[in-house]
Amino acid sequence: MVTESRSRSTVAGGSTSRGAPAGPTRSRGVTIAGIALRTPYWVFTGAVGLIFLAPLLWTAVASVAPHAGTNQVDGWGLGNYETLANYQAGIWRYLANSTVVSLLTVVLTLLVSLLGGYAFARFRFPGRNILFLLTLAILMVPYATLLIPLYVLLNQVGLQNSLVGVALVLTMFQLPFATFLMRISFEAVPRELDEAAMVDGCSSFAALWRVLLPAVKPGLITVGLFAFLAAWNDFMAPLILINDSERMTLPLAVSNLRGQVQGVVDYGATEAGVVVLALPCIVLFLLLQRHYVRGFMSGALKG
Amino acid sequence: MTVTAPSRPPSAAMRGHARRRGRRGLLGWLYATPTAVFVVALFVVPLLLVVKMSLSRWPLLTGDQGINAPDNFTKAVDHRFFTDSVVFTIKYTVLATVLLLALGLGLALLVQESSRWNSLLRASFLIPSALGLASASLLFYVLYSPYASPLAPVMDSLGFTFLGSPTAALLSTTFLIVWRYAGFYMVLMLVGLQGIPADVYEAARSDGASRWQTFRKITLPLLRPTLALTTVLCVTGSLLAFEQFYILTKGGPDNSTITVVQLIYMVAFQGQNDLGVAAALSVIVLLALIVMNALQLRAFRSEER
Repeated sequence: MVTESRSRSTVAGGSTSRGAPAGPTRSRGVTIAGIALRTPYWVFTGAVGLIFLAPLLWTAVASVAPHAGTNQVDGWGLGNYETLANYQAGIWRYLANSTVVSLLTVVLTLLVSLLGGYAFARFRFPGRNILFLLTLAILMVPYATLLIPLYVLLNQVGLQNSLVGVALVLTMFQLPFATFLMRISFEAVPRELDEAAMVDGCSSFAALWRVLLPAVKPGLITVGLFAFLAAWNDFMAPLILINDSERMTLPLAVSNLRGQVQGVVDYGATEAGVVVLALPCIVLFLLLQRHYVRGFMSGALKG
Repeated sequence: MTVTAPSRPPSAAMRGHARRRGRRGLLGWLYATPTAVFVVALFVVPLLLVVKMSLSRWPLLTGDQGINAPDNFTKAVDHRFFTDSVVFTIKYTVLATVLLLALGLGLALLVQESSRWNSLLRASFLIPSALGLASASLLFYVLYSPYASPLAPVMDSLGFTFLGSPTAALLSTTFLIVWRYAGFYMVLMLVGLQGIPADVYEAARSDGASRWQTFRKITLPLLRPTLALTTVLCVTGSLLAFEQFYILTKGGPDNSTITVVQLIYMVAFQGQNDLGVAAALSVIVLLALIVMNALQLRAFRSEER
């Protein structure tokens, strides 16, 4: 069978190719018989792909479509987005809160994991292995287990009900993945590179900043991307740590939006909220797909 | 991507004097300090605190009222939703893990060869995973509603709703989770599949093995490390399920879909406001997770022999 021999040969190709979305290879021997045999395959896989895309596409369309019981009853338009914009403190406030939390988390995660990855990859110091294992151990501990004591602790230092507190907590949760990824990024760079720089009189920091930083840039992009997605989308940390509606992040606001008007859910505004929440994630995914897949893969290599 | 061994033998430049090594050690600590501060202040200290809280009377509003061990643990286990939530969480975990691993592997096999069409497919399977779990849950909250869903006429004519009965709510939530995570598990499976040497397949083919035989006798056994990792990931993630049920079902109908983490949240912040009991529940969950992960890893390892 044509399909059979083709799929075998590609397992061979797969073992040499890089990440999942590797560059397209020209399919060999395209014949009319081959195309005829492949048609059911295309129909089937296309249908499966559509199942994954349909909920997103439907939500995007439905958010501007007319629907009874929403702010967009007659004809198409942005009525649902108006509801969203005027909800409580206003969507701009929630967008700003989410942006602050996300950017702060990204910057902190990048900074801490860049320095930490450098330390773990290039220096031997007492307690190095213990600290690395402790960092990875964060993955073993359930989110909820830590959020309850963190709620108490942040309260004591005045960071409860604060966006900075949420960003600090989210950074901590990013550290296992980020530190691990930065460590293997540094270890993949030949040691001779920074040693040569230091022989030339660079300090270890200058070697990191000028010589190594460009070399570990892909790792940083992956770390930053995942930190952003995690912080932008996080629900549980702000749910527990924030109790002031002025300081809610967007996922929390959209979730609370349901059932505000006397128990009647505004589905249209919820759809609009989902679109606003999903849009930056999908754009980043499309722009940085390779880094995204690489991040997942380094998770797999860890095992 | 290559993973080098975590610790290399010291290179020539590092084999200097003890004093130089001491200086390097100090520098190493300097770079590791931010990591250490975060890990200690936001992970180690809270972990110790949660243990202390689980042994103390600790109402949400008044704070620490002194040791009362083991009251919180007996209260936690005696909670009227404790058994139900444990049973439900396990049921959900088994369902989600079986479906996600099977589908992840299926999708990976479907798109493993490199072609333009397949990268398009991979991207469409992966897009839902870029969404937050909360956003995805809100999306399906609308999709499942009898009022706004495009499937509302179907629900009407069949006389059921997606979140109306305990079974329907469980299955609908699992569908959302499978939709959101299948692409992620597909990537992990793809990595595993690519690690299987091509000549093994060549040998099987020249021996006249059928497609199914090759899958049973070669792909599955050689994929064991990947299957172990994905199982541990999926079981851990599912046991800690919260957002999907908090947003979609709110534990209903009839309190039939309360997960353990939801119970922790309820005890801590919704009504009961008892952080001590919530901490006790958290400690129980933590211990259960550690035991389960150890058992799973051991099971996969002993099978290997």
